[in-house]
Amino acid sequence: MKKQINLTVNGKAYSHEVEARLLLVHYLRDVLRLTGTHVGCDTSSCGSCTILMDGQAVKCCTLLAVQADGADITTIEGLADNGSLHPLQEGFKEKHGLQCGFCTPGMIMTAADLLSNNSDPSEQEIRHALEGNFCRCTGYHNIVKSIQYAANKINNKEVAS
Amino acid sequence: MTKMIGKSVKRVEDKRFITGQGQYTDDIILPNMTYAQFVRSPYAHAKVLGVDTSEALAHPGVVAVYTGADFAEINGVPCGWQVDFKNGDTMKEPKHPLIVVDKARHAGDAVAIVIAESREAARDAADLVDVDYEELEAVVDPKKAAEEGAPLVHDDVPNNICFDWELGNPKDEVDAAIAGSSHVTTLEFTNQRVAPNAIEPRSYIGDYDSTNDKYTLYTSTQNPHLIRLLLCAFVLGIPEHKVRIVSKDVGGGFGSKIFHYTEEALVTYISKQLGRPVKWTAERSEAFLTDAHGRDHVSKAEMGFDADGKITGLRIKTYASMGGYLSTFAPAVPTYLHGTLLQGVYTTPKIHIDVVATFTHTCAVDAYRGAGRPEATYLLERLMDTAALEMGMDPADLRFKNFIPAFNGIDEPGYATNVALQYDSGNYAPVLQRALEMTGYEDFRKEQAEARANGKLLGIGFSTYIEACGIAPSAVVGALGARAGLFEVSQVRVHPTGKVSVFTGAHSHGQGHETTFAQVVADKFGIPMEDVDIVHGDSDTVAFGMGTYGSRSLAVGGSALVKSIEKIIDKGTKIAAHKLEAAEEDLEFAEGKWTVKGTDKSIGFADISLTAYVPHDYPAGLEPGLDFSSFYDPANFTYPFGAHIAIVEVDKDTGKVSLKRFIAVDDVGNVINPMIVDGQIHGGVVQGIGQALLEHAFYDEDGQLVSGSYMDYAMPRADDVPMIETDRTTTPCPHNPLGVKGAGEAGAIGSTPAVVNAVMDALSTYGVKNLSMPLTSESVWRAMKG
Repeated sequence: MKKQINLTVNGKAYSHEVEARLLLVHYLRDVLRLTGTHVGCDTSSCGSCTILMDGQAVKCCTLLAVQADGADITTIEGLADNGSLHPLQEGFKEKHGLQCGFCTPGMIMTAADLLSNNSDPSEQEIRHALEGNFCRCTGYHNIVKSIQYAANKINNKEVAS
Repeated sequence: MTKMIGKSVKRVEDKRFITGQGQYTDDIILPNMTYAQFVRSPYAHAKVLGVDTSEALAHPGVVAVYTGADFAEINGVPCGWQVDFKNGDTMKEPKHPLIVVDKARHAGDAVAIVIAESREAARDAADLVDVDYEELEAVVDPKKAAEEGAPLVHDDVPNNICFDWELGNPKDEVDAAIAGSSHVTTLEFTNQRVAPNAIEPRSYIGDYDSTNDKYTLYTSTQNPHLIRLLLCAFVLGIPEHKVRIVSKDVGGGFGSKIFHYTEEALVTYISKQLGRPVKWTAERSEAFLTDAHGRDHVSKAEMGFDADGKITGLRIKTYASMGGYLSTFAPAVPTYLHGTLLQGVYTTPKIHIDVVATFTHTCAVDAYRGAGRPEATYLLERLMDTAALEMGMDPADLRFKNFIPAFNGIDEPGYATNVALQYDSGNYAPVLQRALEMTGYEDFRKEQAEARANGKLLGIGFSTYIEACGIAPSAVVGALGARAGLFEVSQVRVHPTGKVSVFTGAHSHGQGHETTFAQVVADKFGIPMEDVDIVHGDSDTVAFGMGTYGSRSLAVGGSALVKSIEKIIDKGTKIAAHKLEAAEEDLEFAEGKWTVKGTDKSIGFADISLTAYVPHDYPAGLEPGLDFSSFYDPANFTYPFGAHIAIVEVDKDTGKVSLKRFIAVDDVGNVINPMIVDGQIHGGVVQGIGQALLEHAFYDEDGQLVSGSYMDYAMPRADDVPMIETDRTTTPCPHNPLGVKGAGEAGAIGSTPAVVNAVMDALSTYGVKNLSMPLTSESVWRAMKG
């Protein structure tokens, strides 16, 4: 059964006829070819597929594309502003917040949600916010530092080395 | 120019990952591509009486369905390491078929493969394949598997024993040393099975091009050239020059992507049958069932001491699971990567280990971050802290008393162990000293005593580990059973404009080679890092390589790189001598230019590069071009070491263990990029913490993987761990040109026993001496309840 969906992704309007069973993550990856959003599990546990839907971080491996009808979506590809990196993207590079890079888009999108609600989180608040995202490479140490870097940058604070 | 070696240069590969432009295998969609879905056995052990594919074949969108019979004439995937029985009999090596024909030997064993136009059609049709199973009894414990009457995994492998093996001093000498000890600490351990869980699931695309009779396999591997060799020469029998392996971005490996998997051969083979590309990407549940697991040892360990606390002897008996089939390097893990590490950093005069490797009805077990060395370190370091407790000694003092004295491998040949290895260089006391300082050890013991008085349970645990990295040289590993060489390959191509492309056989799946290797090249040539490009993960562009595992990339691959760099500089010197009209011996190369010593006459790297490709005014008889390859086969392993200290608090009411601090002082030899090395340590430490406190790939008695999803398998999350406090000492490797040792596995090797020792220290007033990992709230709570 096919259904028409209209949505905005990274500021661009899309209209597609999709199978009702199509997952949103597969719509983004296979139809729009935005492959920065990854699939790391099948139980909504790893967070690699995290995107912003109407400003809120969601795991799009357990959403259907049809549920995104009318939504405004931001993926990792849409985070930079006219080629200028988002403070979180900059933070992950500056603080070595990634190694293999596979969990990174989901981490960054989750952190974007956190910082939009709490621009100056404590270490514990950051760790708590990342509870739904697995990283197997970094031990989270530098991910926390990357997010602290971004928070400081957003708040125009001196960035600690 | 600023020196790049030793600087925390930000990673050049990050840009594509933070913008979503990485290219992992599953990101690739080829024209006319089909999708594969496996039908996997729900039983750990079952006869396959029949497979009815008719309904699946009739399903819309299905292209083909294959069963074991379709591949009966094709070889299975091979094992790359042979460990023979003590009596000389050959290791038991049953066929690992691409799809099972007669019996399923673990839950998740593939019974059929469905190929369809879409992922969804393949999945629907897989449900329509009707398999007639006769369920049989299973055995999952590596020790029970060897008992009389245990169900057999392979009918022609008696008692499920793949091989037995021993190493060390003569057994009677070790028995006598332990019998004559004034104290003997005895512990029985299960080093539980864990799942590697790279966050990118394995993904493969086979693509056969009939016009050129050429195959391309896109694969999430750590090891592209070895996969090509095994796939071509051992499984499918296709010529190597007709196969290209591409593994560009790979989302973590931790060992699990070293091995050649059946699915790689299947998508390659079927793409030719169908004349269309075939993609398979594991679901997480499949990853749990089929990515080779780690650890799974059952051991008894005994360590003797004299009245002064000096170790007199060590005796180990280990049962190691191989799983249902032999994975690529499985036999090496409990033997040459485990038994050989039992000297640790101690002067133990007599050591003997006995290993029995068994088949069980479980997923294959192979190298997982550390591979054998974490198991060895766990035995030694748990014994040390337990012995200190039993003898009423301080665990740090006990270690200082037993450390091998410092040696640099230059003034003496290194340190010969009782278990076959020759350590390259080591200085073990300072790492522990530094870790104690960072901990504030004396203050902590006071705080712990006060906390106890107030009913709070604090504990501290130690681990002083050594490991062996960069496994090599080839002749030695060959004598020990490896069926591959373990050298590394580099090619350095200087372009006419002085820009440089480096082709390395090492493979980055998170380690940051594009940065570290470029730092080395930039420094050696005196050119900006932006002028250097590091290429890996494509067998058509990289001549050859042995891949990345065993913390080998820089120690072996980096050394191969330096060899090629030196060849370039040597040839450049000949060209420069001609251009400057000077003798070669009068030239020196530094800061990107050749200078006639004592003069201001010089010529730059870019000029010489151009001259090499426009050889109008050129030395007679010298070939044009500036492009060299090197193979580097090291003289020895490298031996990083370190001291890890964990501090935990145990909740008296719930048994919950909270990790308060983790201190890691590691010596990985010289460091090219401290930021990257720290990152490797952080990640390794947290993986080791995961094994200590959370993770268990648990099979029940029927062979069902009970913890087979992220809903059931507990892996460290951000709020389970603290910041990792790190520092380093530097004891260079004496036998490779960069003096580097390797940092990828150190964290995972040292951390696990430190955490468990800390929990045991916290529980010492309860008389609890030993608990099986993971130390969950429940197991700690039960132990406190007695």
